[in-house]
Amino acid sequence: MEVFEFFRQDSWPHLFCPGCGNGTVMNCFQRAFSELEMDLSKTAFVGGIGCSSRIPLYINSDAMHTTHGRAIAFATGLRLSRPDLKVVVFTGDGDLGAIGGNHFINGCRRNVDLTVICINNNIYGMTGGQASITTPHDFLSTTTPYGNKEYPFDLAEIAVAAGANYVARWTTRHVHELTKSIKAAIGKSGFSFVEAVSQCPTNFGRRNKMGEPTALLDWFKDSSIRRDKARAAAIDHVDLNLAGQITVGEFVNRDRDSYEKLIGVGNNGD
Amino acid sequence: MTVESGQLFLQGNEACVEGALASDLKFFAGYPITPSTEIAEGLARRLPKTGGVFLQMEDEIACISAVIGSSWGGGKSMTATSGPGISLMQESIGYAAMSETPIVVVNVMRGGPSTGQPTRASQGDVMQTKHGAHGDYQVIAFAPASVQEMFDFTVDCFNYSEKYRVPAFLLSDAEIGHMRGLLTIPDKIKTVRRKEVGVRRSDEAYEVSNELVKPFPTFGRGNKAIVTGMTHSNEGTIEPENWRVHKDLVGRLSDKILKSRRDINKWELINEDAKTIVVAYGSSSFGPRDVATKNPDIGLLRLKSIWPLPEEPLSEVAGRCDQMLVCEMNLGQLYDPIKRVALESGCKKVELLSKMGGEPPTPGDVRDRLRKMGAL
Repeated sequence: MEVFEFFRQDSWPHLFCPGCGNGTVMNCFQRAFSELEMDLSKTAFVGGIGCSSRIPLYINSDAMHTTHGRAIAFATGLRLSRPDLKVVVFTGDGDLGAIGGNHFINGCRRNVDLTVICINNNIYGMTGGQASITTPHDFLSTTTPYGNKEYPFDLAEIAVAAGANYVARWTTRHVHELTKSIKAAIGKSGFSFVEAVSQCPTNFGRRNKMGEPTALLDWFKDSSIRRDKARAAAIDHVDLNLAGQITVGEFVNRDRDSYEKLIGVGNNGD
Repeated sequence: MTVESGQLFLQGNEACVEGALASDLKFFAGYPITPSTEIAEGLARRLPKTGGVFLQMEDEIACISAVIGSSWGGGKSMTATSGPGISLMQESIGYAAMSETPIVVVNVMRGGPSTGQPTRASQGDVMQTKHGAHGDYQVIAFAPASVQEMFDFTVDCFNYSEKYRVPAFLLSDAEIGHMRGLLTIPDKIKTVRRKEVGVRRSDEAYEVSNELVKPFPTFGRGNKAIVTGMTHSNEGTIEPENWRVHKDLVGRLSDKILKSRRDINKWELINEDAKTIVVAYGSSSFGPRDVATKNPDIGLLRLKSIWPLPEEPLSEVAGRCDQMLVCEMNLGQLYDPIKRVALESGCKKVELLSKMGGEPPTPGDVRDRLRKMGAL
């Protein structure tokens, strides 16, 4: 599918800042979607509140732009009443892990056939750069002017622990791997989760001496470690994410029966 | 129809389950809470057998969100809870109003604020039903006063929420929800389906003016729908900075309900020419009904729907009588708006009988008060 068919041209220009990683993730998603030859009339895209949660509104399909943190809950209801639709959630670190943490954990546990793509930019970008649950320890934000004294959440590890069928994390520096994982996630039956660590030069980079988008991408490159190379570290390290290193890779790929299958609703493509 | 006609002896909450199934409910999400849990339990048993989905979510916020998501798939969707759950749901109730999503919310009221009296009845959620979320919007609320009405008004909630694309509330309480009584399920039940983009049916919903209620762009039908809680144009484009779009949208959300009061509102009048009229609804009408049926000098205006406020019958009654007494199981939540309408319509005195603590006003409570007002 052509880029111009995939996106709603009437909603251009988009609202993302120059250098934002959302465009990279959208691009990867569009590639994965096209390679799977899926039909936009049989999909629905759901977002919460935040920059990344706006992505559904730019895709040429049915879109639901919901309340802050609740996208997975909205998507669960939609998917269970319309199992003929592939439902994809776009969310951010604050939307998914802070205000929506409960729905994230229980979504992974319930294992409804949803694909959740979290663009983790380590900051509340839309509101102007406040610390989020993934802001690295000691980093600066408008609400941590003396450095962030909390420890960051590891969203992918939570998804693994809570029972998602597919969990992967990459950065916007890993476009090929990210595209491949998005493809695998969409094709997966049950709850699939892809975390894309992404740059927010405007509200994260500038406050942390990485104002150029390329500075953040270089940082992602230098600090990323594939899980197969860092397995030992991954096990006893809780605050992996950006606390010195970013563990990336495909963490889980399993086949627990989806909730739809267990309650006998619709057909989930398997 | 998914329920059998005939007569049953059951609980109010169970009658609500029958009403929802008779309305072709497709999706229910719930979270355990006293005193509404029997509705979730009933639907957990019954709904999967009719091809619907029952889901127990992680909290009430998730319930209302899932119900709204499901409604965009095109099927009738409902949740049931009590006061604390409604408090949690408010943000998404505002979302449903803004995105014009037909949903039914059952509130089996208990005493509040906070955890309050979980097992006792109250009418403390009257105002949070209407004004719970931020911003201006209108909803529809029915107040059942019997097991039969738990069934009938559940059907009404679905019909009006579908017709006007709005959240509709069944505002029950612990007294009505747990009381047992006879339910007659008729052979034929009138159900309304929302007006959908690209679908043509000979339904009542199709008679609603296009100006006020737009056809519903169901998901998965190639509509490329945009559903959002942000200020949006009729085409779904996001326009948060455009004052005119905001004014027109929010104005229309209110107008579509307020201008349809005559279609939505239902009430019952006993001894309509009496010079003293008692106004009550739900379980606060038990006592007044007893007094009015035994005394021709005392009238009763029982509101079967309370939102939008039934201004027409209130104004008519207020214009004829000398004094009114509003009976409520709260500190006067519906009393203030009723008083406004009554005074504007020429009634000289409007008093409040407020019964707190979980017990509905008894006939004795009502008679005592009417004696003090010089009516008895």
